[in-house]
Amino acid sequence: MTAPLPGATDPALIRNFGIIAHIDHGKSTLADRMLQLTGVVDERTMRSQYLDRMDIERERGITIKSQAVRLPWTVDGVTHVLNLIDTPGHVDFTYEVSRSLAACEGAVLLVDAAQGIEAQTLANLYLALEADLRIIPVLNKIDLPGARPEKQAAELAHVIGCEVADVLQVSAKTGVGVIQLLDQIVRLVPPPAGDAAAPARALIFDSVYDSYRGVVTYVRVKDGQLAQRDRILMMSTKATHEVLEVGVIAPEPAKEAALGVGEVGYLITGVKDVRQSRVGDTVTLAARPAQAPLSGYRHPHPMVYTGLFPIDGHDFPLLREALEKLQLNDAALVFEPETSAALGFGFRIGCLGLLHMDIVRERLRREFGLDLISTAPNVVYKVVLEGGAEHIVTNPSEFPSGKVAAIYEPVVKASILTPAEFIGPLMELCQSRRGRQTGMEYLSEDRVELHYVLPLAEIVFDFFDALKSRTKGYASLDYEEAGTQAAELVKVDILLNGETVDAFSAVVHKDKAYNYGVAVAQKLRRLIPRQQFEVPIQAAIGSRVIARETIRAVRKDVLAKCYGGDITRKRKLLEKQKEGKRRMKMVGRVEVPPEAFVAALSTAVEADQK
Amino acid sequence: MDKTRGPDPLDDLLTPQLVDSRRDAPLSVYLHLPWCRRRCGYCDFNTYVHEPDPAYLVALKAELTAAAQRLGPRRVSTVFCGGGTPTLLPAQELAGLLAHIARVFDLDPAAEITTEANPETLDPVYLRELRQAGFNRLSLGMQSATPHVLAVLDRQHTPGRAVAAVAWARQAGFTNVSLDLIYGAPGESASDWGASLATALAAAPDHISAYALTVEPGTPLAARLARDHIPGPQEDDLADKYLAADAAFERAGLGWYELSNWARVAPGQSPPPKACCHNLAYWHSQDWWGAGAGAHSHIAGVRWWNRRHPGAYASGPPAQAGEILSPQQRRVERVLLELRLASGLDPARLTAAEQARLPGFTARGLLVATDQALVLTPAGRLLADAVVRDLLDA
Repeated sequence: MTAPLPGATDPALIRNFGIIAHIDHGKSTLADRMLQLTGVVDERTMRSQYLDRMDIERERGITIKSQAVRLPWTVDGVTHVLNLIDTPGHVDFTYEVSRSLAACEGAVLLVDAAQGIEAQTLANLYLALEADLRIIPVLNKIDLPGARPEKQAAELAHVIGCEVADVLQVSAKTGVGVIQLLDQIVRLVPPPAGDAAAPARALIFDSVYDSYRGVVTYVRVKDGQLAQRDRILMMSTKATHEVLEVGVIAPEPAKEAALGVGEVGYLITGVKDVRQSRVGDTVTLAARPAQAPLSGYRHPHPMVYTGLFPIDGHDFPLLREALEKLQLNDAALVFEPETSAALGFGFRIGCLGLLHMDIVRERLRREFGLDLISTAPNVVYKVVLEGGAEHIVTNPSEFPSGKVAAIYEPVVKASILTPAEFIGPLMELCQSRRGRQTGMEYLSEDRVELHYVLPLAEIVFDFFDALKSRTKGYASLDYEEAGTQAAELVKVDILLNGETVDAFSAVVHKDKAYNYGVAVAQKLRRLIPRQQFEVPIQAAIGSRVIARETIRAVRKDVLAKCYGGDITRKRKLLEKQKEGKRRMKMVGRVEVPPEAFVAALSTAVEADQK
Repeated sequence: MDKTRGPDPLDDLLTPQLVDSRRDAPLSVYLHLPWCRRRCGYCDFNTYVHEPDPAYLVALKAELTAAAQRLGPRRVSTVFCGGGTPTLLPAQELAGLLAHIARVFDLDPAAEITTEANPETLDPVYLRELRQAGFNRLSLGMQSATPHVLAVLDRQHTPGRAVAAVAWARQAGFTNVSLDLIYGAPGESASDWGASLATALAAAPDHISAYALTVEPGTPLAARLARDHIPGPQEDDLADKYLAADAAFERAGLGWYELSNWARVAPGQSPPPKACCHNLAYWHSQDWWGAGAGAHSHIAGVRWWNRRHPGAYASGPPAQAGEILSPQQRRVERVLLELRLASGLDPARLTAAEQARLPGFTARGLLVATDQALVLTPAGRLLADAVVRDLLDA
């Protein structure tokens, strides 16, 4: 029996599903196995983790951008169409996950049979349950020696509210159980429902820039159909485009005539910027627009900011160009020029979270060869001055002066999954980060889910590392935005020889200001070479100095010997030193090697929290 | 000789006009004798643990002959045998080299003729032979009077040996004897250094060179410190020891005339009469011919250097490569060298912009400026490289 054709597929034969899994629990391997077993990729062209495209994703074993693959699968003599919609697996991309899930009717909940469910997986499971998805619980890696399938199955059954017997057991690596899983997807996941006669509505669940094709938009059609040559309307941006191409991924892009109700595929319109094709937006036809968009669209807004400065000032234009290119493929990335007295010209970038920020920095380094100094990440503060003026602060050095009436900081609802033995240390950690406990649930005898409200600022630093180190790596974390709270925050400035080093200004809780000031001042004293004069380093809140260190004046800067007749060597050394002097970042009269800033900023994080 | 190495760089560097313009200027001659009995851990000079090689001495004399042919019979005002350990050679070989210089050049009867010497290679007879051959200055590598410091430096002699060598040199008729000291070795305390200073001064030398230990990358010492996690010389310690040395020497009647060099003062004479004329020739950018493996030469802004390995050196034209200094490079070199001298830098060598920076240095007590000379203070000497960097335009 031949597979149904795109654009002409009976919705009753379609199954749209995603895989919810933690990093390392084998999602990509399972996807690989499905591609093989359904015959869309043969052994020879099989590339491990076929669906993860970017190098960084491959190295970190994570999926940042999702894709959708159309897989034929025959059950009881009827060939069905399975659309596997891959979901991102990190806390920064919760919104993208929710949109991917909104394109599905079912989800495979994939859990490592040795490690059990993790916090992010649980959080994504809740998203799937909220979206009324049919959940198929699956334990993976049952072939591994450490696997405890009975225990994990019981926990999964408890979490989902199903029978232990409903939990499938597979090994994505060897393929055991994957055929049964594919059969169950056909049997259990409901077919999509939609009105073929209604005005077209399709959900954008991903949008990727391709340097040859422009933006490739991944959609799930809810109602009506989208065909080549249609003029489409993006309902949130009101932009219209002509559909130059529609198609499905199988798993290479295959051009088709149209996409109908329940189908999943891609559109190419020739736009060059993913911001014109936003995840969560609804695509309709310009000639016959839908009355209302699909629900759930949200404009992405950055949660975490950092300053990026090229170590070599000449790279500034290159950095701008690189950020513009990244933005083509990253609708959530924002940036604007920033000038730092200490670090020169750079950009302040806003990201969804720390991983997102890491990825941006890593791509700038790797794909564009940029050597960058990155300031400590900060969140967005709302500062209300006496008199009522409000300031939104995305850069601590722009903290308004004047009498502050109130400061608001973003908070998150965090859930931490942990073996019960670590509850004590974790409560201590959360408390030290100004957390407020809101609940605690036992998932099983020895696994606990802790609920906290935490200031986002307290977790954008090294919270995750601290969590892992206090729990031998066993605890996992998920969080979602939960508004703002008023907090007693102060801006701490670091002064070098009386000049504020803007790159080190930080907004911290008043109880932590002293520790932050001391830690940064001590670190700078160690990292900044002695100058020809004594250099005080001060930490100050406003004009009040809270900590002080001193870099003593250099006492010896001379080579004792002139190497006999080898004056050339001496002259070349001078030329080299002069060159080194030109690389220095100047803070007033103080010469700071860029490496000292890099080192100080890269570890400012722990210092802040000690 | 191997002629396949191509033309001699000196054919292009030393033009007849240049040579002719310098015919009346004094010339200094340096002889590099690269052998050592063993290698000191801190040393990164061009030295080899090897017996003196007769073929090398033949090549050395050939280079001197060729030098005289290129330059003409220039008057030689100083000769300096360095190494390595020149005194590993029998005295008559050193005498032979000196005689060769006298044969091919016009050796000034009043020339300062120095050899470096390792105390352990010396005895009274040897020193008498050197003196009779015409050597009149001895530079003894003492380094330290403290056994554990000598051990760190890999020096073999016992602390008393250098002092004994000074006495033998006096008996042999040397009236110009210098001691070399090194300070700042790991494990050297302030009182260790004080003891070395006292011991050196008690030997009543005419001249002392005191160098801060520099741990050069790639030396056995650098490897040893890294392996044993021993910190290298410490900035404050070096500064303190320099100032202690300067004070001790001045008290004993030895005045500084270059950053790391002190000589017995005589009223009204500057530099002091026993200052090393050969080194002063380097520091005043005068002409010198460095013969031997890896030696550097300079004639009126033309500089070249010989092949580094003794084998390579002895088997072809000695010069490896050279450079013609631009007027700006010559000026920079003069500034960085002359500022190290007690006679100071002529302010006229500086640009207007550079001169405008001078008050900054004098205000900080680093420099004393008169119309004739800019002279570093003791604090300024310790920061000489920084002063040069900050003083010079780009």
